[in-house]
Amino acid sequence: MLRVYLDHAATTPMLPAAIEAMQRELVRVGNASSLHGSGRAARRVVEESREAIAGCVGARPAEVIFTSGGTESDNLAVKGSFWSTRAADPRRRRIVVSTIEHHAVLDSAGWLAQAEGAVVDWLDVDEQGMIHPAQLTRLGGDDVATVSVMWANNEVGAVQPVQQVAAWARLVGARSHSDAVQAVGRIPVDFAASGLDLLTFTAHKLGGPYGVGALLARREVALTSVSHGGGQERDIRSGTFNVAAIAGFAAAVQQATANQAAESARLRGLRRRLLGGISAAVPDAVPNGPADEENALPGVVNVSFPGCDADAALMLLDAAGIDSSTGSACTAGVSQGSHVLVAMGRSDAVARSSLRFSLGHSSSQADVDSLLAALPEAVRRARLAGTLAR
Amino acid sequence: MKVLAAMSGGVDSAVAAARAVDAGHDVTGVHLALSKNPQSFRSGARGCCSKEDAADARRAADVLGIPFYVWDLSDRFAADVVDNFVAEYAAGRTPNPCLRCNEKIKFAAVLERAVALGFDAVCTGHYARLVRSDNGVAMYRSADAEKDQSYVLGVLTAAQLARSVFPLGGALKSEVRAEAEQRGLLVANKPDSHDICFIADGDTAGFLSRRLGSAPGDIVDADGAKVGDHSGSHQFTIGQRRGLRLGVPAVDGRPRYVLDISPVTNTVTVGPQEALDVSSIVAGAPTWTGEPITGSWTGLVQVRAHGSAMPARVLAAADQLEVILEAPAAGIAPGQAVVLYEDDRVVGSATIIRTGS
Repeated sequence: MLRVYLDHAATTPMLPAAIEAMQRELVRVGNASSLHGSGRAARRVVEESREAIAGCVGARPAEVIFTSGGTESDNLAVKGSFWSTRAADPRRRRIVVSTIEHHAVLDSAGWLAQAEGAVVDWLDVDEQGMIHPAQLTRLGGDDVATVSVMWANNEVGAVQPVQQVAAWARLVGARSHSDAVQAVGRIPVDFAASGLDLLTFTAHKLGGPYGVGALLARREVALTSVSHGGGQERDIRSGTFNVAAIAGFAAAVQQATANQAAESARLRGLRRRLLGGISAAVPDAVPNGPADEENALPGVVNVSFPGCDADAALMLLDAAGIDSSTGSACTAGVSQGSHVLVAMGRSDAVARSSLRFSLGHSSSQADVDSLLAALPEAVRRARLAGTLAR
Repeated sequence: MKVLAAMSGGVDSAVAAARAVDAGHDVTGVHLALSKNPQSFRSGARGCCSKEDAADARRAADVLGIPFYVWDLSDRFAADVVDNFVAEYAAGRTPNPCLRCNEKIKFAAVLERAVALGFDAVCTGHYARLVRSDNGVAMYRSADAEKDQSYVLGVLTAAQLARSVFPLGGALKSEVRAEAEQRGLLVANKPDSHDICFIADGDTAGFLSRRLGSAPGDIVDADGAKVGDHSGSHQFTIGQRRGLRLGVPAVDGRPRYVLDISPVTNTVTVGPQEALDVSSIVAGAPTWTGEPITGSWTGLVQVRAHGSAMPARVLAAADQLEVILEAPAAGIAPGQAVVLYEDDRVVGSATIIRTGS
């Protein structure tokens, strides 16, 4: 069965250009840190990739630190900047994060609080999932080490005012980080213009391979290393360069950012069709996220179906060949209501009735129409399941 | 049929699901998460819902090529099985949580959810034989007498059995393991699970003490004379001999057994083995796998999971059964089920309320 893939916020199909770039490198030998000809050839690919990626996101090549992906970049940004900032000024031990961050940020901050004496301040969101930077002025500031606010939320697509967060951090002398995993390639992202100190993104969310990502770090930002060894990447992130993956990453970033404006317009059209179709098919469905599409990612649709058991709906859509998501983390498969929707003021019951459909470069109108055809019956049955106590 | 296969991560449910696939059913695998805070790994033969078990179930589903999900039933399990287990002990009874889980979780909560989602039946790795005919479904003891689980399934009604599939009812455990091996299922050599899955260390008395606290009271003999102390009547089971720590020795020096537990007076009564003998049982809340019995009925009864069937006469009243055993039997505890058999066929089940000598 040909599947309808509506989970681009989880991962994306690889772009042909990225596959070609990887295939070119996979057949070659050479450690990019070696001094011989094979090593230099590999290093050249790494550095050309670095330059290409930097150019696509408004960064300088020296600001690109290659990592294994979003989780590692988030950990390095939050922990590394907390440690280095506190080392320079022991009063700075506060971390400011929004309540809708990815767990890679939330749990890094939580771990620092539990193991390293950090104090976490939370930035609330409104019912549309938006952070209001005015909250920051309530915080003192001269004891803040790091503030981390995601560029765009993975579950409801809310695009956050990260420039204002960065400006506040600069004012109070704290480091600013943004997890832009969902943003790069989907909306314009310019690191220099953002004023941020640190920015996370990853290849597989924009048509590249798994296992490679980057942390952008302004040159003057000191980060305490999480992994020690060969001294690669400014001595911050040691480890042999993953040359083929980095080449695939660069190819994907180039294509995704070059096509971004046209692709956004196309996806917004599909998104409108999907939202309109859902409200026609399931009239009491309630969309979650920014009401103004200018504040939303072009491809993310999150909807609550009152009384519906979203886990059951996901399973029924799956059986109909449609890949969707309940949008949240699960441990051992035991799902919990999305922490993002709960932070937006939804009840646990509403959170558990919500599905996320995320469109991307492989999505077509036929995909949207397939979902709209299968959705009413899936929701009807999942509502039956929802009436049963669990 | 569209069949939902409950997959614990053990060998039985994996082979059961495989046989359901072979039978041509459209099978979906589901692992039931019954604990809010699952352990990462199995410990010995206990536990049935660690993350490792969930991963084993997923890998079995992969091998079978069927979709797989984890269903979170931890709230229902905590309320209907664990809390009930504690409450029953607190009331001086001896519950059977596996039976309760079948009654309230696997063939109720899971089955209802499955039906709501468009499934026709639930498939499990239980050892009991289902025979379908125009008259409905009859349940028989399994071909493997050692593994027979008809006792803990006796509580299922005709409607539940009509939507149940037990592909292993005719198999021997040894055959199931060999079949798992031959099918390339990695769980082929996984140890059988025993004991109560939600008491990971096997210490039931300790578990009950943590839940119910301690309540010191007297251990008395049949005449009411105090012979020892206990720290909570909920820690005892009818017929128990070990762990009584009696201060006053028996006059005749013979071992003594728990005869009665009275939570109201927090008293545990002990006495000689022959005082455990029971010849009549009153049981309530009967359920029937088919037609209910009426009036006087003669057949076989089984009063605990690993007991043997005993000839008995049963007098059926509205919501109560009176069971008269042909020969007295020992250690029959209120809270356990009395399951009625016609030869190997399960007729029904009821919960023991009290016993008479």
